Amino acid sequence: MSTSSVSKGCFVFKPSSKKRKTRSLGETCVNVENKKPSERRFKLCEDLWNKIKAETEVLQEELNKKILDSLLDFAKKCSTTRQHCDWASKMRANEIPTAALVLGVNVPDHDMTFQSLFDLLKHSVTPHVVSVQAKECGVLKHLLKRVLEGLMDVAVDDDDEEEMEQNPRSVHCSLSTLSDWYTAKTKKSSSATPGKKRNVQDEDEHHHHHQTPPVVIIFKDLEGFNPRVLQDFISICSRYIDRLPLMFIFGIATSPSTVQHMLPHSVSSLLCIELFQSLSCTQHLATVIDKLILTAQFPFKLNGKVMQVLISIFLYHDFSVRNFIKGLQLALLEHFHSQPLSILCCKKKEALLNVTLLSGRDLETVRQLPSFIRFVEKQEAGEQVKLMTDDDHLKEACQKLIKDLRKYHKSYYPVLRCLHTLTSLLPRYPLGKQIRELHLICLEKNVWENEDYQSAMNIVNQFKFVEFIDGLVTCHLPPPESQTLYEVCYYSSSATVRRHLNATPRTSIQTALSSPCFYLQSLKNEDGTVSNSAPDICIAYKLHLECGRLINLYDWLEAYATVVSAAEGQDPDCDTFGKVDDVKHARFIRSVSELEFLGFIKSTRQKTDHVARLTWGGC
Amino acid sequence: MPINTLVQNVRATPQHYSYPSIFIYGHRASGKSHVLHILMKELELPHAAVSCVECVSAALLYERVLTSFFGRSAASFLPRSPSLSEFVRLYRHQRSQSPAEQTRYIVMEKAELLRDADANLLPALLRLQELVDDNITVILLSEIVWEKFRPNTGCFEPLLLHFPDYSKGELQQILSTDSHPSYSAELYSSYINILLGVFYSVCRDLRELRHLAALNFNKFCEPLTEGKVKETETHKLWRNIEPHLKKAMQTVYIREVSSLQWEQMQQTEDEGGALRGLSAHTHVELPYYSKFLLIAAYLASYNPARTDKRFFVKHHGKIRKTNFLKKNEKTSNHLLGPKPFALDRLLAIFYSVVDSRVAPTASIFSQISSLVTLQLLTQISHTDQLDAPKYKCSISLDFISAVSRTVNFDIVKYLYDFL
Repeated sequence: MSTSSVSKGCFVFKPSSKKRKTRSLGETCVNVENKKPSERRFKLCEDLWNKIKAETEVLQEELNKKILDSLLDFAKKCSTTRQHCDWASKMRANEIPTAALVLGVNVPDHDMTFQSLFDLLKHSVTPHVVSVQAKECGVLKHLLKRVLEGLMDVAVDDDDEEEMEQNPRSVHCSLSTLSDWYTAKTKKSSSATPGKKRNVQDEDEHHHHHQTPPVVIIFKDLEGFNPRVLQDFISICSRYIDRLPLMFIFGIATSPSTVQHMLPHSVSSLLCIELFQSLSCTQHLATVIDKLILTAQFPFKLNGKVMQVLISIFLYHDFSVRNFIKGLQLALLEHFHSQPLSILCCKKKEALLNVTLLSGRDLETVRQLPSFIRFVEKQEAGEQVKLMTDDDHLKEACQKLIKDLRKYHKSYYPVLRCLHTLTSLLPRYPLGKQIRELHLICLEKNVWENEDYQSAMNIVNQFKFVEFIDGLVTCHLPPPESQTLYEVCYYSSSATVRRHLNATPRTSIQTALSSPCFYLQSLKNEDGTVSNSAPDICIAYKLHLECGRLINLYDWLEAYATVVSAAEGQDPDCDTFGKVDDVKHARFIRSVSELEFLGFIKSTRQKTDHVARLTWGGC
Repeated sequence: MPINTLVQNVRATPQHYSYPSIFIYGHRASGKSHVLHILMKELELPHAAVSCVECVSAALLYERVLTSFFGRSAASFLPRSPSLSEFVRLYRHQRSQSPAEQTRYIVMEKAELLRDADANLLPALLRLQELVDDNITVILLSEIVWEKFRPNTGCFEPLLLHFPDYSKGELQQILSTDSHPSYSAELYSSYINILLGVFYSVCRDLRELRHLAALNFNKFCEPLTEGKVKETETHKLWRNIEPHLKKAMQTVYIREVSSLQWEQMQQTEDEGGALRGLSAHTHVELPYYSKFLLIAAYLASYNPARTDKRFFVKHHGKIRKTNFLKKNEKTSNHLLGPKPFALDRLLAIFYSVVDSRVAPTASIFSQISSLVTLQLLTQISHTDQLDAPKYKCSISLDFISAVSRTVNFDIVKYLYDFL
């Protein structure tokens, strides 16, 4: 298995979807005694996620549409002008049409775009499309091999792999092979015999469009390619351009000037480069937030802190819209997993029905919700008693509260947009340039008490409608925390999200070493205390914390032997207690080398029999 | 004239053995390949044309040669990864079956790449005639002079031929042959004259000039098609085209703008909004911490490690630049280029320049790798080495200044060179 990124982080290889699904279902079931509601909750969660996912896909498609369409036009135009025989295109015939596609710095996110581009090209321009990645093409031979294999669908002989020898279909790895293949292919299709693999209609369509469909090579990550390899490849290609209608697409992560840094004039003059700039990732995020977050369409909501965590991961760390959506998914799963009342987080009709199905235990949970307690305190004494004791009455009240919450959401977003439209026109954007900033302010506290809000209102004071707007804001934009039963829809555990999405390897290692029971449940005794039998490395780690900058290995070993003997329950008065035997010695050496590997100690020449400590204290 | 020599060499009784190897050199676009190609074609000489760029392995070269002379079946006898002697043996075998009736030619373009091939390949090719005992001549085409080829161990000296650059008159003649079918040859010739007047001082590359001629001809003809000017009024035509050519010199010539875009631009007549060339797009959008990592990497690459204390420790005391100048550090670090630095140093600088508290999360580390993928940093140590990797910063001062401006960081204050 491989990763699309070269980062040094840890990678999770998920099991196939089928396996995963059953497991996560099982997990949900474990924590909730009553099986049925948890299953229903899982179903709700799944449905909701599918809806969100479908919405995102539509959104991505829309966003990509513009740039992909212009690329397709470019490809079509290139293939048609090549067949024109007018003077200008003849003079330009030896240039290879090239699209420089700037996609932004988050490389893993590009895959999706390239996949849809690949499919679109195959579908509407040419059957001959291949995409190559830098890591597969370290030398020219490999690049040629990839291109040939991708286009011709045969094994390509590259002289160093032995097993190829048995394959009689293998061909020589050179562009002339490709050119011959192409000539044969186009001849065949123009003689109107349907191809074996493609269906007749498809073939006819291509035939109709142009008899010589272009051969498109997509370089997914231009920056990663060895400039030398790329230069050679381009100059070879230009020798075949009269026979082989090639076209390149360069995927660029940084800036278009990269092309000039990589290719000298003698090579770039062989290309006819056109620039295509994709939507910037911040704009992309804004659209995603607009369609997924700032809408009453989905009952699931994020509170201010979680939202802040997701946005700051995006802005500070990765610029990845895909990760943002993954974060949203995580929050969704966690919410339905941890909050039993999330069963009410669904469409109005369903939610009202689910209220009637709430168990006594669930109702007890409702009664303990902070927002509900606040609500009860505002009621009259008789009503208070009823709410706290009468289950049926509580259910009725819940139905009303759920309806109120829906109403709140229905008016919240339009008013938010209205306020944003107004304030985004003001100089220096007192309430944020982006609507998400305003949304965050509103999620935190009463926006009308915000200083910036007041100053903004003072600026627009010359208009009559200010009072009206002010009224709307105070009526409809109170923070969700003020709404009763908001816990049903809002996910608020920002720490969980942060821990999952923005992992801290160092802290995790230290936690594992200092309190291994955090990860190894088996170390916990029945009464909750930690047993002595911690793993060897943890014992060594704890002992080393007590030392100074230089650690005497022998002292360390003796201390280790003592602790281990005690853990094994040996009699302290026994002769062999704390004695170093071969097994203990070996175990100690292994722990020390593990600590060295983890970067806590290193060997030193300053003092024999000593190692140097590399960390200060424990966290 | 070199061509005459060539033709003489070729035409003298074809059955006789010809000189074993000919080395032809001349600048780019001085007609070497073209002349050879036409010569071979017109005289119907048996030849194998090979480009050395394309022959990624010697095997491909051997295969090409055998296929051209003896057909595909001959090449199929080649073993996997054939050695030179196997090629020679196979050639001799084939030659005994179909001996040369007249001189066979191997034309090798971009021969300068042979210098990077196996050490025995070039000497062997130079005396291939002797090795295979056949009437064969190897012609090497190169942009580099023979002196740069000659191996230390010595070799057979080929016949040297030089293709000189075209003169202005020759360029004029050659370019005029491309004339547009709907216009008279005289008009095109006068157009070429104007074009050369503008460009000859900066560019003598035939290919570039042809490219420019093709691009701007439509503009040149505009007054004619509109009926404003007659073909004979050369002066008016010149006045019309000259500013455009000047503009083209700034953008198209260095391929800042592709030919297609240039044509579109001329059609739309958008004079005000000048088309931005590729190099105008240098801005790179980066996540916030990536910017600081890049800044830290730049500082680590261009500041001596000893001076870190001066820049990043509060109350460092007054250390003057002159106090810790070492002899070899008197030259600007920017002239010497970036120096490698270890990961710890990068992170230490990062934590002191970034304005908020940042936890050392996995995302920070993966951002460093992403910067390497984007070629903004280069990893010096081998990727297998997990312990203390070393990097270099591979961006320019302009780039980093632009990046630090976006995060309000005054980088010049932290650079030792600008102290």
